[in-house]
Amino acid sequence: MSAHESTYVPKTGIEKWLDTRLPIVRFGADYMSLPTPRNLNYWWTFGGILALCLVIQIATGVILAMHYVPNTELAFASVERIMRDVNGGDLIRYTHANGASMFFIAVYLHMLRGLYYGSYKAPREMIWIVGCLIFFLMIATAFLGYVLPWGQMSYWGAEVITNLIGAIPVVGEPVLIWLRGGPAIDNATLNRFFSLHYLLPFVIAGCVVLHLWALHHAGQNNPVGILIPKDRLKKDTVPFHPYFTVKDGFAIVLFLILFAIFVFFMPNALGHADNYIPANPLVTPAHIVPEWYMLPFYAILRAIPDKFGGVVAMFAAIGVLFVLPWLDTSKVRSMRYRPAMRTFFVIFVLVGLGLGWCGAQLPDAPVVPGMPSFQLFDGQLNSYLWLTRLFTAYYFAFFLIIMPIVGLKETPLPIPATISEPVLPGGGDAMTAAAPASAEKKG
Amino acid sequence: MAESVVTEGEGGDATRRDFIHIAAGAAAVGAGVMAVWPLINQMNPAADTLALASIEFDMTKVQEGQQVVIKWQGKPVFVRYRTPAELQRVIADNNARDLKEPQTDAERTKPGHEPYLVVLGNCTHLGCIPTFGTGDFGGWFCPCHGSHYDASGRIRKGPAPLNLVVPEYEFLSDTRIKIG
Repeated sequence: MSAHESTYVPKTGIEKWLDTRLPIVRFGADYMSLPTPRNLNYWWTFGGILALCLVIQIATGVILAMHYVPNTELAFASVERIMRDVNGGDLIRYTHANGASMFFIAVYLHMLRGLYYGSYKAPREMIWIVGCLIFFLMIATAFLGYVLPWGQMSYWGAEVITNLIGAIPVVGEPVLIWLRGGPAIDNATLNRFFSLHYLLPFVIAGCVVLHLWALHHAGQNNPVGILIPKDRLKKDTVPFHPYFTVKDGFAIVLFLILFAIFVFFMPNALGHADNYIPANPLVTPAHIVPEWYMLPFYAILRAIPDKFGGVVAMFAAIGVLFVLPWLDTSKVRSMRYRPAMRTFFVIFVLVGLGLGWCGAQLPDAPVVPGMPSFQLFDGQLNSYLWLTRLFTAYYFAFFLIIMPIVGLKETPLPIPATISEPVLPGGGDAMTAAAPASAEKKG
Repeated sequence: MAESVVTEGEGGDATRRDFIHIAAGAAAVGAGVMAVWPLINQMNPAADTLALASIEFDMTKVQEGQQVVIKWQGKPVFVRYRTPAELQRVIADNNARDLKEPQTDAERTKPGHEPYLVVLGNCTHLGCIPTFGTGDFGGWFCPCHGSHYDASGRIRKGPAPLNLVVPEYEFLSDTRIKIG
């Protein structure tokens, strides 16, 4: 928290010498003693998990780059060489590939936590906005990385996604050629994608520093969603270490178990078999789908009958997140005390999953096979096209209509004055009366 | 800031200093843009990429009813020798109401060589390669997002906005074309 005063006292001579020149030990010590709301639940552990994900991706990625060759003639073979001949290469590549999926699982849960507990509301708007920027950079990085193995899905994914830019009126075509470095996806494209795929994770790391800076300046949100009053600071917070280092550590262990299940037992479960076929610019795979974490946005792209309109909708689906703090009119942060909004939130989560499901289906396929249907404008009503449109409408309505209106109309439940009040009779005063005494004993 | 302008303005120093600030700032911005431009322009197609601009093709390699796919500038080009039945159908559809980008078949072929259709093989939606013979209009169908083209490569149904692109090409002789 911003009001956090340094309690670090340099002990050894080296520490004292360092403290007047580069107070890096003080920085670390202050970080560890940060007053943290004592009621943070396990949904708050995904921040630490995400930091670990970024470290894993950068570490395995730097190693893979030692063996990978960014050339259209050699890229696919170099990846196969990593898989077969490089010592432990298959494990490192599977960790990197599945690591991307794990990263997105964690980031989606992290974002939904922020959405549910209102972590984006004043004074935390900048934490949220920088977070959205990180999410966007993650999508870009994941896309660039997926192109590198130069398999069929790599090539055609790159073809389809870069073509989105070509849909922009007037400047689209020149920008498309500039981006690809030629009239088609080719060696120039692969080279620059590799360069940018190496660069962007460090940009993400820089944004993470800003994200944490904003977090520690504004203070962490908590499940009750209230700002901790200054005079309650001692009573309602605990030092980050050891309380939350241990809690985060435990969550990380559970998360790594899930990670390991994928890496060791089902490393290709989240991938596509087509990407083990070398890229062929003359043959398109029968069914192109992006990785699972892009499917909801891909579904939104396909829901709009106009090419440029689809591109706009897809980017708007991410863009709307940036202005979220100003779309929510409610002063109550946590949805624990907003029963009406909570219902809409649950539907939103289901719609998000539904969009992901729709993104993996052929748009013309019937949702319920055999059910009689009729033609509505450009497609059968009983088709994934119309189901996707229904979900897309809810996705945008949730942010643009439901959030502003529900915030003004709803009657929230009474909000506790302190974070101790809901769990302790007497608001935790009895317990806090004992706290200084025990501190004295330790003294 | 306002104070310094008032006090120093009397001697004329402030206006001169302001001018120097603006001039220096403008020069720095100009220099910055000029320095950055090559860093951006390097991503445009290189000279050797542009050098692959044209190819020649022997049309006798294509039999009637057959399609040959050749690679030009990294992209597939369909060279199709259409059957009389296909020709009849696309000419009958010249004024069909479902044409999104109305064109007659004659506008998409070279005079005297009407059976031959030369088009880029990328769907105008998002660039996948349509397959021949599976669509609703006797032409191509794109498996990615469901666009239907007729045997003249005109978009008839689906999300694609434009007809398959006819590249710039000419007949060097009766049997030889130059694309690009």
